[in-house]
Amino acid sequence: MADLVHDKPNGERVPTVICDGVDIVYRVNGTGAGRGSATAALNRILSRNQAEKAAGVRRVHAVKNVCFTAYKGEAIGLIGTNGSGKSTLLKAVAGLLPVENGKIYTNGQPSLLGVNAALMSDLTGERNVHLGGLAMGMSREQVKERYQDIVDFSGINEKGDFITLPMRTYSSGMAARLRFSIAAAKDHDVLLIDEALATGDRSFQKRSEDRIRELRRHAGTVFLVSHNNNSIRDTCDRVLWLERGVLRMDGPTEEVLAEYEAFTGGSDKPKGTTAPRPSPPAKPSKQEQKQPGAGKVPLPS
Amino acid sequence: MSQVLDTPPPTAGAAAETPARLAARYGLTVSGARPSLSEYIRQLWARRHFITAFATAKLTAQYSQAKLGQVWQVMTPLLNAAVYYFIFGVLLGTKHGVPDYIPFLVTGVFVWTFTQSSIMAGTRAISGNLGLVRALHFPRAALPISFALQQLQQLLFSMAALVVILLCVGSPIGISWVLAVPVLTLQFTFNAGISMIMARMGAKAPDIAQLMPFVLRTWMYVSGVMWSIDKTLKHSHLPHTVMVLLQANPAAVYIDLMRFALIDSFHADQLPHHVWAYATGWALLVGVGGFIYFWKAEERYGRG
Repeated sequence: MADLVHDKPNGERVPTVICDGVDIVYRVNGTGAGRGSATAALNRILSRNQAEKAAGVRRVHAVKNVCFTAYKGEAIGLIGTNGSGKSTLLKAVAGLLPVENGKIYTNGQPSLLGVNAALMSDLTGERNVHLGGLAMGMSREQVKERYQDIVDFSGINEKGDFITLPMRTYSSGMAARLRFSIAAAKDHDVLLIDEALATGDRSFQKRSEDRIRELRRHAGTVFLVSHNNNSIRDTCDRVLWLERGVLRMDGPTEEVLAEYEAFTGGSDKPKGTTAPRPSPPAKPSKQEQKQPGAGKVPLPS
Repeated sequence: MSQVLDTPPPTAGAAAETPARLAARYGLTVSGARPSLSEYIRQLWARRHFITAFATAKLTAQYSQAKLGQVWQVMTPLLNAAVYYFIFGVLLGTKHGVPDYIPFLVTGVFVWTFTQSSIMAGTRAISGNLGLVRALHFPRAALPISFALQQLQQLLFSMAALVVILLCVGSPIGISWVLAVPVLTLQFTFNAGISMIMARMGAKAPDIAQLMPFVLRTWMYVSGVMWSIDKTLKHSHLPHTVMVLLQANPAAVYIDLMRFALIDSFHADQLPHHVWAYATGWALLVGVGGFIYFWKAEERYGRG
């Protein structure tokens, strides 16, 4: 545990999130790895302790031995190519995914900025605002109080009374705006933002970035996953670079982004050719490894 | 762990403290750990508005694409009852000896459907809502309870239809109708409990959802939904234990109590002995037991 980057040497800093050797493994049933899936399924039921691989369970080792400590007042960007485990790590910090090994300690309950799953497309925007607010843990009074702000912020009603229509009638941009507006309506201690800035048109993006900065002032620590290096530069002072589930770099924004841009800016050749300092080879026997360098999502089709 | 971190060079020394001790010093807690039972109940209570809002939203969303809309809330149970009446009342003639067979049957179907749908919905409460479980933080018991509540609301619609049927066949309105309230309360507790048990099992093995229709159909046929346990078995030579088991069956208990409450010609002597004790016992046992069983795996829900 000697990987802290001490960019602020003075004073005692209060940690808000501590990741201690975190491994996260997804198990996917019935991928047909190994034998025919019916026998494999039987095997799985009959002998619980058998090697999972033989029983047709694919293990996807999404995050490997990640350690870092986040402090109060920091805004931390998470970068990495697609499928490198950024969102998975964020969900684990939020306590939504169990960790395989290691521990994640947090100050209070970190919240993920996202309510998409709680919303129902058959319901009106209005009812979704209520439902989403309650799902995030706001009280009925809080939802009522902020309802108008949420609708105004989303701009759904700019072109007519659309908030009383079912969400399935919204364009994808409108729906995304409403979702972000609902999600951003709550104040958090530790806030985790996953690609939230990519929604909506230009004017809405500007508004979202302002709102994120505002949320950051209220929150103790902000984590931001984004593929937009500019928005990382604008909002974050520290960056974690995940690649294939491994924490490849942890440091001040400019340093890490420079390396990252060198890594992604080059060709799509296997890693190592463009990366200045490739990470050590991953642990053996990970048959779920992604294609080298391409960084695609490893889940089987 | 620094082998994964070759850039920048680790700044050793300053942070010699282990993460666990650092966390302890600043009072950080393990993320996603299971709260204590009392804390869990408190969290669940804080989310009560979400539970009701989610149940209502699910119920409303169900028929929102249909032209007739919410009319289906009442139409579906009525059609269901009509089918059972046609088969068991007209074709097979199961009604022999049962007075007021239509309300008898319809009550049975509606009350049974409440338990059946709660179990089916509970089985998929976690496994069918992984997106929600993985996106937001809330006590997971909110989901199966919310689904049971949705079925309760559905049953209330059905009960409205049942009242119309009762009035149509000329069954008088009696003081015993108020008994429907405690019966529904007990049955809801039982259903919520079994829904939570099924939710935990379904989260571990989603295959259970494929198996449940068969289990439930068997259960339905032994629960006296379309025949009278009391009248049919009075003169049979089944062993005593089988009789007791049939009468202690929670589904049969709730169905018979509801018939007793609503149907004038269904008398107290048709109820098994100690029926209220059975009804309360099942509700407490399954309700509380199911809740604790579900809470025990709280931190494990959501793993793919």
